[in-house]
Amino acid sequence: MSGTPLKMRVRETVILRVVGKSVVPFILLFALYVQFHGDYGPGGGFQAGVIFAAGLILHGLIFGLDDLERAIPPIVIEVGIALGTLIYGGVGVVSMLMGGAFLDYGALNHHDPVHGQHLGIFLVEAGVGITVASVMLAIFYAFAGRSRD
Amino acid sequence: MNDFSVHLPILQVVIPLLAAPFCFILRKEAVVSVFTVLVGFACFAISMDLLAQVIDGDVLVYELGDWARPWGIEYRIDILNALLLVVVSSMAAVVFIAGPGQARRAIPEGRGYLFYSAALLTLTGLLGVTITGDVFNVFVFLEISSLSSYILIALGRSRRALMAAFSYLIMGTIGATFLLIGIGLMYQMTGTLNMVDMTERLRDAEQTRTIFVALAFVVVGISVKLAVFPLHQWLPNAYSFSPPLVSAFLASTATKVAYYLLIRFCLGLFGLTLVFEVVEIDVLLLPLSVMAMFVGSIAAIYQRDFKRLLAYSSIAQVGYMTLGLSLASEAGVAAGLIHVFNHALMKGALFLVAACVTWRMGGTRLDAMKGLGRRMPVTMAAMVVGGLALVGVPGTVGFVSKWALVSAALEKDAYLLGFLVMASSLLALVYVWKLVEIVYFQEPETGIERREPPLRLLVPTWILAGASIYFGVFSDFAVDVASRAAAQIFAAGM
Repeated sequence: MSGTPLKMRVRETVILRVVGKSVVPFILLFALYVQFHGDYGPGGGFQAGVIFAAGLILHGLIFGLDDLERAIPPIVIEVGIALGTLIYGGVGVVSMLMGGAFLDYGALNHHDPVHGQHLGIFLVEAGVGITVASVMLAIFYAFAGRSRD
Repeated sequence: MNDFSVHLPILQVVIPLLAAPFCFILRKEAVVSVFTVLVGFACFAISMDLLAQVIDGDVLVYELGDWARPWGIEYRIDILNALLLVVVSSMAAVVFIAGPGQARRAIPEGRGYLFYSAALLTLTGLLGVTITGDVFNVFVFLEISSLSSYILIALGRSRRALMAAFSYLIMGTIGATFLLIGIGLMYQMTGTLNMVDMTERLRDAEQTRTIFVALAFVVVGISVKLAVFPLHQWLPNAYSFSPPLVSAFLASTATKVAYYLLIRFCLGLFGLTLVFEVVEIDVLLLPLSVMAMFVGSIAAIYQRDFKRLLAYSSIAQVGYMTLGLSLASEAGVAAGLIHVFNHALMKGALFLVAACVTWRMGGTRLDAMKGLGRRMPVTMAAMVVGGLALVGVPGTVGFVSKWALVSAALEKDAYLLGFLVMASSLLALVYVWKLVEIVYFQEPETGIERREPPLRLLVPTWILAGASIYFGVFSDFAVDVASRAAAQIFAAGM
């Protein structure tokens, strides 16, 4: 970001920095809760991905894009976008290799199809979460990085 | 472990779908380009196998996640889908050989793999629209193919490509929204999104205004995507400013899939009685098709750019397809489908010629193509073949289509229509002759040095040009499959 006076002030406000720093970890933690408790309660990969990305974007807004990019390089995000999709599709392919239909989670565990369903939905939601969080960050990087070049 | 071939219907879509993100991870452009071609040919092989499985009238059903309808989404393949799958995947396989070509200049160094990702996603969307047996899934896949094709179009060399992509985005979104509204209304009337269930319930349902409105929204929405005159405004810009290989791919697949949707919704879902007897959609579609044939061809004559000429010619060709449908007869639909197959071959070949010309000349302005017949004889010979096919000269695929269309018109005692089809072919002769004259009979402005494009461009061009002759002489394949497909969908539409 270019150093316009307003942005400098935002970055130098002590309250913002301190509160932001202490809130971001909890936002990320909450995202993980929404992700992994999504099987039983409200939530799931999409919501979790958005919350996770929102926490990181808050960090980026307060401490600057460069700081965020040091923590999460753009290449990681690009791989994350692809990885999540591949996990989702991969679960489908594996369930096919295990003798079921595409995305038939029950086939993932022959002894107990219910466990298979659990595993399948867990992995698929994880894939969704990774991709959504990565895409959110990619959009933020794309817009926030515009003023740089 | 069961027989793995039962999974072919889902693999048809999942292979390109997963290949797209995989390109992100491979990254090296040399690897990705080979990988993409392999994926294209794998899809082609699968689609041929599917066609062989359904050609005798069996319907192939694949339930995703083992959830039977109406709970789950099912893929449902009959002859009509299978024919379109073959067209789409074969075109993708051939065009992918040529790689991104001119798009490379619009892509930052080292990020060429993104082009392949977008191309594979477009392919996924088009195959998905064709294969699925769930109307909402149709919309989702349509969006996948549209969004990724906007990216591909925006990669064109001139800045106007961005504007072309944007106006296609607006029009495409309006079209998709109309389709979605129509699907929503159909859902309201039937309570299901599965095509088989919906068909049954729509036949029994009272013909209320809701269904008429649904039909209107669906037909208009698809017509935007299909570029039916007068909803074709997005097409000339999108095809002429996009990278030539993208035009080759989209021109030979995207409108074809939209035509498939029109047939599927009109005949498969709403049914013949509703569409052609109660609402009488042919009263509108028939004149529009004829207008498209003439307006498209006449506009093509006046173009000063090779790709733009081809784009306007595409509008005319869409007119032939919709004319087949609006005849409301089995022979008419068969003729439309034959033309889908044949037009994909010839337009694909011609746009690949445009890619070769762009490679050599840096553009496709007709002024710059003077005397190219001496400078790139092999390429220009392919152009002549494609041009003759557009006119409908015997021995090319164009003749097979026109013959089928004219016989279908005569079967309905529509002599005037038969005459109009032939008259519009004469217009095609005018613009093709204009090309031939410029290329062969005008003096080149700069030297007559002979230099052909590299094989990766020349080979796919001649595969398609050769196929335009091969399937023109041995027309049994296309005619047989299209007739069977038309017979099947007609039986279902009763």
